[in-house]
Amino acid sequence: MQNNIYWDSFKTFFKIGIFTLGGGYAMIPLIEEEVVNKKQWVSKDEMLDLIAIAQSCPGVFAINIATFIGYRLRKTRGAIATTIGTALPSFLIILAIAIFFSQFKDNPYVAAIFRGIRPAVVALIAVPTFRLGQRAKLNWYTIWIPIVCALAIWALGVSPIYIIIIAGLAGYLYGMFIKPTES
Amino acid sequence: MIYLSLFFTFFKIGLFGFGGGYGMLSLIQHETVESHHWLSTSEFTDIVAISQMTPGPIGINSATYCGYTAIHNAGYGEMMAVLGSATATFALVLPSLVLMILISRMFMKYMNTPLVQSIFKGLRPAVVGLLAAATLLLCNKENFSTPMENPWQFFISCALLVATAFGTGYLKINPIRMICYAGFAGLILLY
Repeated sequence: MQNNIYWDSFKTFFKIGIFTLGGGYAMIPLIEEEVVNKKQWVSKDEMLDLIAIAQSCPGVFAINIATFIGYRLRKTRGAIATTIGTALPSFLIILAIAIFFSQFKDNPYVAAIFRGIRPAVVALIAVPTFRLGQRAKLNWYTIWIPIVCALAIWALGVSPIYIIIIAGLAGYLYGMFIKPTES
Repeated sequence: MIYLSLFFTFFKIGLFGFGGGYGMLSLIQHETVESHHWLSTSEFTDIVAISQMTPGPIGINSATYCGYTAIHNAGYGEMMAVLGSATATFALVLPSLVLMILISRMFMKYMNTPLVQSIFKGLRPAVVGLLAAATLLLCNKENFSTPMENPWQFFISCALLVATAFGTGYLKINPIRMICYAGFAGLILLY
């Protein structure tokens, strides 16, 4: 039983990795079903905390959650088991597609299909931009922040990494010096 | 040494990739397309489409695919390209693994302090900007053609952009289905 937990948690997250289409948030109900209801590795309240932390931290959301739960179960080795479990299905599927697709890329039919898909992808990234803006509760005093960030990256070629660092630092300074004086 | 540079790049992306899969896309795009020139914009766009349509987190999918394509474009063989995708995926996951272990070990109690929360609060509007920049950077002539070069493709591309935005944003059509529709439209109208 002691050894089986690695295999068991690996299998569970492998399953979660395979069955989530669309990634990220689509994954939450599935993880809850498997990890909270079926296996009872963490309680429902703990799961809410885990989701909040995994969302605010950098990196792939599903990997963050998997690492967290794996570590809960069996420390570092458990974390490695669940992380590999989550990443492996994606890795294998994409690899198969990449090898296959590299042979068909120059086929005129395939090329035409992708000429149609590309503008659609641009829209698929544009839509969550607005949704994320709503969730970030932007108002007339903060709307300039995303606009300036986007222009800096798009027009000036600034690396998004610097934007992230500056934004985090600004948030820190705000919380440290300005917020205490507001109330 | 392209593998080392691949590892370092995707490690950076994993470390600074806030805001989930989409937020990460703008980092991946900046690093792989704009600064290292491992991929072209249209190749990157194809990778995003395929990552969206296949199961699994978008971040992992696109890292695996970018790793493969980067090595492939550099003129190496299939096996080397597979190694490239393993390198990129491993490098992307590593910061998460380390950071999450550190947090569950010792920083759990700091995560809810007002100071840490204000850092995240500062990040949120910036991530919106990151996503907007990714959108703008994908609007180029590789993906849309130009009114001069190929007016028909440009017109159809713009129509598909508007249709997809309306379909997924307003009518709540599943994005995967929308990609299939767009591909079908491309096959018929842009062949």
